[in-house]
Amino acid sequence: MRIVVQAEDFDSGAEIKRLADQSNGVGAVNSFVGFVRDNNEDTHVGSLFLEHYPGMTEKQIQTILTEAEERWVVLSATVIHRVGELTPGEQIVFVGVASPHRGDAFDACEYIIDYLKTRATFWKKESTPDGFRWLETRQTDVDSADKWKQPEKS
Amino acid sequence: MMKIKIVLFASLRETLDSDGFDFEVAVGSTVASVVGALGAGRGEMWARVLGEDNVLTAVNHTMVNAPQVLAAGDELAFFPPVTGG
Repeated sequence: MRIVVQAEDFDSGAEIKRLADQSNGVGAVNSFVGFVRDNNEDTHVGSLFLEHYPGMTEKQIQTILTEAEERWVVLSATVIHRVGELTPGEQIVFVGVASPHRGDAFDACEYIIDYLKTRATFWKKESTPDGFRWLETRQTDVDSADKWKQPEKS
Repeated sequence: MMKIKIVLFASLRETLDSDGFDFEVAVGSTVASVVGALGAGRGEMWARVLGEDNVLTAVNHTMVNAPQVLAAGDELAFFPPVTGG
């Protein structure tokens, strides 16, 4: 498992290749990349500042990855999250999962990003025409994470 | 008395104008009693901000609730709901 919190940008292609190269048993790599949007709640966003809690953030992500590994067949997983000042169009987060088959890779990847949004200690502050504002948790993000609490279909 | 470390993040850090400090508390203190002591020692603003329903707490990087008992050297963090991803 690879967990990185950094200010620098990342190369999604290189990360996907790294996951695929882990073993010849990899049949599928699924990845998610999040970007900074130029608008939020009908307001223009000039830039985004991302703060985190060093040490706790990595621990929370580690826990989420371990849960995903217990639930699906995960051969390898990567989470990269950027912090600091970001502008619209820039990449914020990369989640990648390598599995023998696509079903596990899709589900584990979605599980990781859903819980990363509700449990990992990151906070976003937007720069808008009206000044700075800290984002509040979206109910839709909470609902997305909560869906994983339902019993799995057999 | 024992010494713990208080750390604050995001909107709480800005509103209270502090990213953290060492704090002397009574042996056997809980998260709730430390919130009370911070409110008593640092003013009404601290009591109000840390008393808000959505404030989250962690001890040594693990999420905890108000009844959690603290030990000397613990790092007690206060922060708002997370918004990463």
